Amino acid sequence: MRIECPLCGSRDRREFYYSGHASALERPDPDSSAEVWDDYLHNRDNPAGLTEDLWHHEMGCSAWLVVQRDTVSHAVLAVRLAKGDQL
Amino acid sequence: MRFSALKILTEGLTGNRGWGAHWRDPEPAEEYDIIIIGGGGHGLSTAYYLAKEYGLKKIAVLEKGHIGSGNIGRNTTIIRANYFLPGNSEFYSHSLKLWEGLETDLNYNVMHSQRGQIGLFHSDGQRDAAIRRANSVRNQGDDAELLSVDQLRKMLPYLDYDQGRFPIYGGLLQRRAGTARHDAVAWGYARGADQRGVDLIQNCEVIGIDVRGGVVQGVQTSRGAIRAKKVGIVVAGRSSQVAAMAGMRLPIESHVLQAFVTEGLKPCINHVISFGMGHFYISQSDKGGLVFGGDLDMYASYAARGNLPMVEHVAEAGMTLMPMIGKARMLRSWGGIMDMTPDGSPIIDKTHIEGLYLNAGWCYGGFKAVPASGNCFAHLMATDTAHASAQGFRLDRFRTGRGLMDEEGTGAQHNLH
Repeated sequence: MRIECPLCGSRDRREFYYSGHASALERPDPDSSAEVWDDYLHNRDNPAGLTEDLWHHEMGCSAWLVVQRDTVSHAVLAVRLAKGDQL
Repeated sequence: MRFSALKILTEGLTGNRGWGAHWRDPEPAEEYDIIIIGGGGHGLSTAYYLAKEYGLKKIAVLEKGHIGSGNIGRNTTIIRANYFLPGNSEFYSHSLKLWEGLETDLNYNVMHSQRGQIGLFHSDGQRDAAIRRANSVRNQGDDAELLSVDQLRKMLPYLDYDQGRFPIYGGLLQRRAGTARHDAVAWGYARGADQRGVDLIQNCEVIGIDVRGGVVQGVQTSRGAIRAKKVGIVVAGRSSQVAAMAGMRLPIESHVLQAFVTEGLKPCINHVISFGMGHFYISQSDKGGLVFGGDLDMYASYAARGNLPMVEHVAEAGMTLMPMIGKARMLRSWGGIMDMTPDGSPIIDKTHIEGLYLNAGWCYGGFKAVPASGNCFAHLMATDTAHASAQGFRLDRFRTGRGLMDEEGTGAQHNLH
């Protein structure tokens, strides 16, 4: 598996640390209910097919990336910097 | 058909023409009392105990492929009861006891072999942790023995004890741990359930769950609608998809775990050996192949195959631990889909929908749990109360934060187990 880092180009999967679904970027309001926080922290759509997850280019430029992947074929379809997303 | 030495002898002398099918191939009925979605190890054992211990009739197991074609058909077959935390500890203890009586109970040879499992440690701190674990395991009523490096050298002379990174200080042995023939476990439970009237319906994929007014009504399948009073979801890596049919989002992320088998060799590894620091574990099958595996590939996947970095990591860890296996040729590898929970422990619980039950989140440790998982899930589905050994496997523990079972101590968060 290779990931096209927007800053470094196509790099081997070994350079990246996987951190789970990109829904982590959609952080609830601090005053949200316990149910909302539980859903954010623990529950996942866990799709068989198209997904977006967060990868850290830890052995490269150190950027956090949002990677659009197919979980059934392992195809990497699109990569963008997470920086543009609201954190 | 009951198996006996006499039957084997008679069949052997008459050309083995008298063996019949081990289970029927029934058409689905219009309605059942209980439907189990998933004909893997856990689903089959659930159906078996529902029929055997709770005397229930009109049970069906729906399997989208053929019986035992998922993770029960491909795994590293390790059985042990050396979990540390309350909640897990008593459950795996219960499971090990069921394993010990399983062949007699099922009248089926599952090749259960209590060859012992040894977990290695590599520092004084890890020795202390191993002693603490041993005490916990003995308190739960099971066996655990601390082995010094000298004892270990006699038992496992082929390990590289003086490797630079992880010198071996000793090991924690559980003699009652071991392995079993994974396919035979599925077949034995399938046959036992079928004999007690359970309909095992293969090539029948569930495509919808009917819920009305918060009560489950039945399922939609590739072979038509089937009504049911109670429905149990036991589908491992596909738990999120099936639960979504009932409008649920689960605390599960599916990952791929790879394992490997070498060509058949003469007997050389007599135990199950776990090299935790290298994420490597190994045993030798009765056919002679070395069966070994490592850690998750560590990204969400349904591909049922992994990538090269983990193949290399596992091979390197194996060579570090026991250089002798470098000459063995790898025959095949595979990737299973693991239903990973945030804390690395499973779920056996009711759902918010009446009559809908969930058995999921076995992570990479489901095989050893097969008997107790079915036994406890059957108890829950039959009586609507949690079995004494499975009180801790609650679905709401993530929301409340109470009773999290994080064996690795890394935090109850996705991607850390």
